[in-house]
Amino acid sequence: MSTTLTPRRRTAPAPGTSPGSAVAPPRRTAWIPTLLLLLGAVYCLIPILWVVTAATKSSGELFTTFTFSPGSGFLDNLAELSAYRGGVYWRWMANSALYAGVGALLSAALSGVTGYALAKYRFRGRTAIFNILLAGVLMPPITLAVPQYLLMAQAGLADSYWSVLLPSIVSPYGIYLARIYAAAAIPDEVVEAARVDGAKEFRLFRSVALPMMVPGLVTVFLFQFVAIWNNFLLPYIMLGDDHRFPVTVGLYSLLQQGANAPALYTLVITGALLSVVPLILLFLGLQRYWRIDLLSGAVKS
Amino acid sequence: MASHQPRPSRRLAPYAFLTPAVILFTLFFAVPIGYALHLSFRAVQVKGLGLGSHARTEVWAGLSNYTSALGDPELLAGAGRTLLYGGLLVPAMLGGALLLALLLDTPRVRLGTFSRLAIFLPYAVPGIVASLLWGFLYLPTVSPGYFLLDKAGIGGPDLLHGNGLFVALANIAVWGGTGFNMIVIYTSLRAIPVELYEAARLDGASELQIALRIKIPMVLPSLVLTFFFSMIATLQVFSEPMTLKPLTNSMSSTWSPLMKVYRDAFVQGDIHSAAATSVVVAGATLVLSFGFLKLVNKRSDGGS
Repeated sequence: MSTTLTPRRRTAPAPGTSPGSAVAPPRRTAWIPTLLLLLGAVYCLIPILWVVTAATKSSGELFTTFTFSPGSGFLDNLAELSAYRGGVYWRWMANSALYAGVGALLSAALSGVTGYALAKYRFRGRTAIFNILLAGVLMPPITLAVPQYLLMAQAGLADSYWSVLLPSIVSPYGIYLARIYAAAAIPDEVVEAARVDGAKEFRLFRSVALPMMVPGLVTVFLFQFVAIWNNFLLPYIMLGDDHRFPVTVGLYSLLQQGANAPALYTLVITGALLSVVPLILLFLGLQRYWRIDLLSGAVKS
Repeated sequence: MASHQPRPSRRLAPYAFLTPAVILFTLFFAVPIGYALHLSFRAVQVKGLGLGSHARTEVWAGLSNYTSALGDPELLAGAGRTLLYGGLLVPAMLGGALLLALLLDTPRVRLGTFSRLAIFLPYAVPGIVASLLWGFLYLPTVSPGYFLLDKAGIGGPDLLHGNGLFVALANIAVWGGTGFNMIVIYTSLRAIPVELYEAARLDGASELQIALRIKIPMVLPSLVLTFFFSMIATLQVFSEPMTLKPLTNSMSSTWSPLMKVYRDAFVQGDIHSAAATSVVVAGATLVLSFGFLKLVNKRSDGGS
């Protein structure tokens, strides 16, 4: 494991500016790299731009007008989507928020306490437990989801909120990140000093270690939130009643019906646009809390 | 850690902290894996006409589910399609991510923050929604690309049939994954001490030479990590082809191995052969992962 987790800060630049250096030539713009990057940005924004304009079109306009010219039907589409089957779309959005919000919170808490124990204690079975947990990352989701479904069904929990929420809580990857972060962020001396002061082990974790792990756990929360919000396979297998669908499965079922009734396509498109708005806001609003260096730091072990 | 005899509470504390994770892991990972293995060795035997409550019994099937899974041409064809798809996707995505990260790290680049955010943005879009958006962009009747090609008097390529389907699917994953991998590589580029570049510049090295000789070797561990995760994600491809399926009739329900497992278990109701197939997929993933890690470790041991 590397001793430092945060990259050695460069002398000059603030985040986002190009790295200057002592021998930097006069500040002319590097045109070719800038243009290539903008090309990449355009490629990534095209589908987003498309869905924004397509959501404004009535179903007549969708197949007849030029793709990027705005239509006149956004409010109608919105009203139609909200009215569809008694507002089931908004229920899907609320379900996604519930699965992702509660699931990611519990997942970050579990990763935190587990990662802390694995990083800061030497005990029998430590390596074995860590390796077994880590092997969970390699399990294809379907290898888990099919027997998980059958076991949930036997426990009478299939097609319930629990069937999607409970399996999302254990995240081998989150535990792995929390362990790396705890090892780097909590100095052994601080832990020892707290023990000398008479802190009990649980109190030590809660009052000393946990506050130091918060930035890493925010990252785990964000990763898990995105992973659960974007998950399709698990809820698709577990749920039958569309009142419990998250928005991914809901949109998929809408798309399948749209194959027979193209009028539903405008609803699918409007629904797709609205479903990415919360995640994009979360992502832009919290981007400075994403500690991607956690990921890169993970490689230097 | 101190070597003197710790207090009992300190010896027991890690086990207490690990208990919730161990219980949940056992319930939602270990038991299902064991159950999948159990199911894979069993089969339903139908007696007589299959009528009555005792006509269908579960019996030990030995390796028969495995031999039929491994000999199944559909599974082999699905594995072949997945390999072809990964062969397009992984080099394009990681090559693009490395190039964009190097461009971001080039001195005197403008609008870097904007480009970085825009390219990372697709990471926040669910695979289902990404496939849905691209699916519509592939439809000749709504796509701006086809509109422009049509105006120019050229017929567009058919992306929803035949070989075009591989390109279409790989493009969705490239769109969704390049930004994330770019950020991982860019973060490790930022960790390289600038003194290295200054020395190289004083020696007259160009930015391109610095990129090739210093930056790429220094971010090799990040590339290994991103390659590893991309490889696992490729083997597990499911939601993208599932989403394109309603838009084209040339996507079979067994296009990828996971789609076949899903169909066997939930459409055909044969959980035993589905379990055997999913164990085969898991086994292949584990073998490839450990083989890859071993290869990487060997290389780095030999190098240092």
